[in-house]
Amino acid sequence: MSWWPVVALCAAAYALKALGVVLGERLDRETAERWSLEIVVVPVLAALIVVQSFTTGQRFVLDARTPALLVAAVLVWRKAPFVVIALAAAATAALLRLVV
Amino acid sequence: MPGQSRDNAVMSSRDPIVRNAVSIGVATAVYAVSFGVLSVAAGFSVVQTCVMSLVCFTGASQLTFASVIGAGGGVAGALPPALLLAGRNALYGLSLKGVVSGSVPKRALRAQVVIDETTAMAHAQTTLAAKRRAFDLTALCLFTAWNLGTLVGALAGSGLGNPGDYGLDAVFPAVFLALLAPQLRGPEAMRAAVAGALIALALVTVTPAGVPIIASALGAVPVLLASTRRRRVALERAPEAGQ
Repeated sequence: MSWWPVVALCAAAYALKALGVVLGERLDRETAERWSLEIVVVPVLAALIVVQSFTTGQRFVLDARTPALLVAAVLVWRKAPFVVIALAAAATAALLRLVV
Repeated sequence: MPGQSRDNAVMSSRDPIVRNAVSIGVATAVYAVSFGVLSVAAGFSVVQTCVMSLVCFTGASQLTFASVIGAGGGVAGALPPALLLAGRNALYGLSLKGVVSGSVPKRALRAQVVIDETTAMAHAQTTLAAKRRAFDLTALCLFTAWNLGTLVGALAGSGLGNPGDYGLDAVFPAVFLALLAPQLRGPEAMRAAVAGALIALALVTVTPAGVPIIASALGAVPVLLASTRRRRVALERAPEAGQ
């Protein structure tokens, strides 16, 4: 495999990261406060959760990930430690796949 | 942090930021192994695979890139979806003013680690100092785990099994949920989250991968508009404050 695809991917990926950071720094303090851009991360995280839980490629799929997310949701609500949430989600999905 | 009162001797660290960063790192390492396996199987050399993880360092894009090329899609087919997936890192950068800090070389280095987990960990904290610490520590754990895991996978090749067999594909949504929860302060954030999820689900069957995630950011628009409107009203009521 030639190197140019690797270089192209790496360069573009860094350019995107740096673009966001540079534009973010350009905002003056007042604009940044007025827009409270932190909120942008909230819908994006919610989207990642549902896309990674309920879809495979471009299809909706209900599988072992769904109960795993429910278990995680209960543990998040009960304010369980982070490690417990991650392990419980993995164990739920793994056990269901083993049994079903 | 809510976990603080639950510290005990079993945990390796009393600091919840360290603990959380390490657990994200462990889950990431296993995914990195599967990237290493996939990338070598797609025809990249071990060195090329490791360079991708070191320099590209954005998991979803790398996995997509390698799997499309492995499936015979060619570079022209692999690059656009990989870059659409990387596009959300630009959105994250916008929100990280003050967190990505330090001299120009330090900021350039920190820009490299602006990804899902570092951004989410930063914004799950309440003070700027804690945000910076969470960002840096998560970046350190992730960078180490992602690159070591990639090397192991690239050297080992196939035969390590599917991450799904260990339920690892369920770990990231759970982790993101745990990181989102502390950010859902108030009904506006709640509405933004629901809107983002609905936008993504509406688009996922009809757009290329990556687009639903980027478009979900639009879920924040009503909140952003409401906050500028509130501010304008506040300024009109207190003319000495400006305008």
